[in-house]
Amino acid sequence: MLSKKVKSRIFILILSLTLVTAIIFFVLKSLEENVVYFFSPTEIHNKSDISFNKKIRVGGLVKENSISKNEKSINFIITDLKNEIIVSYGGSVPNLFSEGKGVVAEGKLKDKKYFIADKILAKHDENYMPPEVKKALEKSN
Amino acid sequence: MLKNFFPNKILSISNKLITNLIIAMILVVFLGFIYALFISPPDYIQGDSVRIMYVHVPSSFIALGSFAFIGIASISNLIFKVKFMPLMAKSLAPVGSIFTLISIVTGSLWGKPTWGIWWAWDARLTSMVILLCFYVAYILTWKLISSFEKANKISSIIGIVGLLNLPVIKYSVDWWSTLHQTSSITLTSAPTIHYTMLVPLIIMLVGMVMYSLIIFLMKYKTEIMKFKLDKKKNNK
Repeated sequence: MLSKKVKSRIFILILSLTLVTAIIFFVLKSLEENVVYFFSPTEIHNKSDISFNKKIRVGGLVKENSISKNEKSINFIITDLKNEIIVSYGGSVPNLFSEGKGVVAEGKLKDKKYFIADKILAKHDENYMPPEVKKALEKSN
Repeated sequence: MLKNFFPNKILSISNKLITNLIIAMILVVFLGFIYALFISPPDYIQGDSVRIMYVHVPSSFIALGSFAFIGIASISNLIFKVKFMPLMAKSLAPVGSIFTLISIVTGSLWGKPTWGIWWAWDARLTSMVILLCFYVAYILTWKLISSFEKANKISSIIGIVGLLNLPVIKYSVDWWSTLHQTSSITLTSAPTIHYTMLVPLIIMLVGMVMYSLIIFLMKYKTEIMKFKLDKKKNNK
């Protein structure tokens, strides 16, 4: 079977691998605030140490019928179906930006319910299908 | 299975077999391109930019798959010291690193029309850049360290540590909020890609895996010849 040398090598390797995995786990855990790309409205709602001067990102779905445009800016509501944040943005939005779809806004919080964005990103989901299938799906619903 | 990759067996593989593989690969990729660019429909929300997926997803798959092999080979290098394993891993690194780069570049090209941004430092994209760094470090170790034993040891450690990055890449989209969408194809549930788009994706995957295998085989043959030459030189 396995010689003593091989056994000791396996043992050392497993030991060091567990150690490195643990280190990586704790590093990622402590950096979680920086690893996440955006916060959901609920996370912002629950956060106590929120800074209003730092740039952050808020992500969620664009609430249905919430988009309103005027000459200077576009306003809409980001929701995670529990909490909502009103976003105000003066600029052009990506093509995929639309109601009911995913969105990430980058900018600063005015207060916990109001966000001034200086960049809007569209986030799409993992569903891919032709337009006809989508129409058929909508009809059957 | 593994026996077929023993040095002497590989050297006896005729160039004709590789030529045949190349012809088959070109046919599959050609069919894949026709299907991906003309037959498959545009996406209901992304339109034609979804076609980037047919190169992006197979590239990422090969990038991760190659490094998984390198990592596992590295473990066996440090424990069992099988002679031809490091040569196999070394031969797989170039094609894996190129597909990592292709995955990052096509992803960036895809990001602009869909997300509205070329690049975002979210967990998925960042961990892919880290994978590229591991590939570069792995290849450089072999290039810069002339002693085979030493290079093998150091590159194996790089391979094993890099292996830990793979689950981070895979699950980054589930563990943290990312701009990148979650996986469409998983082991546990039905794919969320319509079959008219899944078919070209699979054809392209097969074609690109074949391409990687061919490059790997050619490189592996050269590496074995080099290894044998070095051995002869040292014996004299």
